[in-house]
Order: sequence, then structure tokens, then C-alpha cells
Amino acid sequence: MSRRLRLWLLAVGGAGVTALLVAAGLDLPSFGGPSHPYGDRAVRASLARHTANTIASVNFDQRAYDTLGEMGILFAAVLGCVVLLRQARDEHRAEPEPAEVARPVRRYALIVLPVALVTGIYVVAHGQLSPGGGFQGGVVAATALHLLYLGADYRALERVRPIGLFEASDALAVCAYLVLGLTGVLAGTAFLANTLLPYGTFNTLASGGIVPLLNAAVGVEVASAVVVLLAGFLDQAVEIEEQQGS
Amino acid sequence: MADAVIVVALLLVAGSATAAVAVRDPARQALVLSVLGVALAVLFTVLQAPDVGLSQLAVGSALTPLLIMLAVRKVRRCGRTGDETR
Repeated sequence: MSRRLRLWLLAVGGAGVTALLVAAGLDLPSFGGPSHPYGDRAVRASLARHTANTIASVNFDQRAYDTLGEMGILFAAVLGCVVLLRQARDEHRAEPEPAEVARPVRRYALIVLPVALVTGIYVVAHGQLSPGGGFQGGVVAATALHLLYLGADYRALERVRPIGLFEASDALAVCAYLVLGLTGVLAGTAFLANTLLPYGTFNTLASGGIVPLLNAAVGVEVASAVVVLLAGFLDQAVEIEEQQGS
Repeated sequence: MADAVIVVALLLVAGSATAAVAVRDPARQALVLSVLGVALAVLFTVLQAPDVGLSQLAVGSALTPLLIMLAVRKVRRCGRTGDETR
């Protein structure tokens, strides 16, 4: 394909997308307007099931099947990274040397680490009540663990992070989500239907039926996935070296 | 008043996004990207979407820059050992 033809193709495609976007934009309701047909229905459904955080109700109850797909995407992506970043035959592992850490950095990292870890777990546990949930809390908790790499060195991080355990808990959390969905089928309703558990008292930790359990499963999955993903990148950046003279 | 806050947040996002494109060194780019992540998190919170803001804060301003920095470090190390053996 010649350069001229390619430019023409780009111009035609771009003009088409622009025309469609402008046509769709003119039909949108105005910014900040009072009409929210989907929001009103979602809030009503989440209040009926005693879930204080409507977003959690949408994610883990009304559209729990979507979340299953997103979870699968993350799982597959991390699996792909682990396969790509593994130690190849022409690479070898060099023991990382203990690094000198500036005193303020060490003090800051070691003070913030427990605070960030607890914040992550809090965000996961209160997903059905306040903004946040399994995904956000899982990422916060997993990245908090890596403050140890800043505050001490890579070997200290490796000691508190048995990678096999995190790989297993990643897979187990995905299975737990599936099994929780299937229990709905066994109980005689539908896959991932929120009819299994009592809805509880509104705005308490044990409210929302199956929502806190699915939320916890996603939290464990995301935290383990992020730890495994960062471990692959850190191994490549710090430990694994290409064989000399190969 | 609320509109003014939204405009400031939007300008912050536009500014930091332009800076992220304009900076050429990948390691610095990762740092600017993390500033962009914070600006986006502020914008989402101002637009009353704290859930998305929290995701953006965790992923956009911590995880993605960290992955980019690690990748940059690996690439630089490979280049260095390659030069020595040559």
C-alpha cells in the first residue's frame, strides 16, 4: 500500500469517527443535569439488597458476571507476564547485593508500610460500605508490601514474599469467585445471583448478602496478581542477567 | 464554585498530560505519569466518582510508573552488559 493511499484511508476513517462522535455528542444530556435513568434504578436495586455502596452492588451483584470477566482478564494477563518474564536458558540469576539506603528513605518507608497495608485491607473489607473495594484495596495492599524494597533491599522483600504462595492464592481466589457463583446454581437460583445469604442490617460490615464475599475474593486475587506481576518485573530488573559471552 | 474546581482539575489533567508527552526521557516520563495519575484521581473525585478515583490513584500513580521504571532499568542493564561483551 503506497503512502498516499494510506493517508487517504486514515483521512476517511478519521472523518467517519469524527462525524459519528459529533452526532452522538449532540444527543447527550447536558453536563450535570438531573436525569439519571440508570443511576436511579441501580441505587434502588442496591438499597433493596441493603448494600450501602451502590458501586459495589453494581460490581458484585447486579453485574457480577462482568466482574468475573474482568477478573479473568487480569488473571490471564498476569499469567502471560509470568510466562514471558521467566528465566530463559541463556540467563542466569545474580544474587543482588545489599544496597545502601538513605536513612530518611528507610525511616519513611518503614513507617508508611504498615499504614498503607492496613489501609489496603480496610478498603477491601469496607468495599460494600464506602468507596473502594477488592480491586482498589488489593492494589494498595500489594504495592504497600513493595515499600520494603525501598526501605531495605530486594532480599528482605523476597523473604516476606514467597512467590509460590501468592501464585496459589491468586488461582484459589479466582476459583472461590466461580464456586460462590455456582453455589447460587446449586441452591436453585442463577449463577452469581445474590439470594444465598441474608441481606443483613444496612450499613454494617455483614450486609449485602454475597457482595462482601465476592469482594474479598477479588481483593485476594488482585493483591496476589499484583505481587506476582511486580515479582516478575523485579526479578528481571534486579536479579536475572544474560549469560556473558553467549 | 463547584464548576471552578472542575475547571481547575481539568486544566491540571491537561497540563500534566501534555508534560507527560513532552518529556522524552522514559524514567522522567514515569514520574510525570504518576503526577498525571494524581491529577486524574482529583478530577474523578471532584466529579463525584471516588471509586474510580481510588482505582486511578492506586494503578495510575503507583503501579504503572513502577512497572515502567523497572522495565527502563532492565533495558539499560541489558544495554550495558551488551556493550561490555562487544
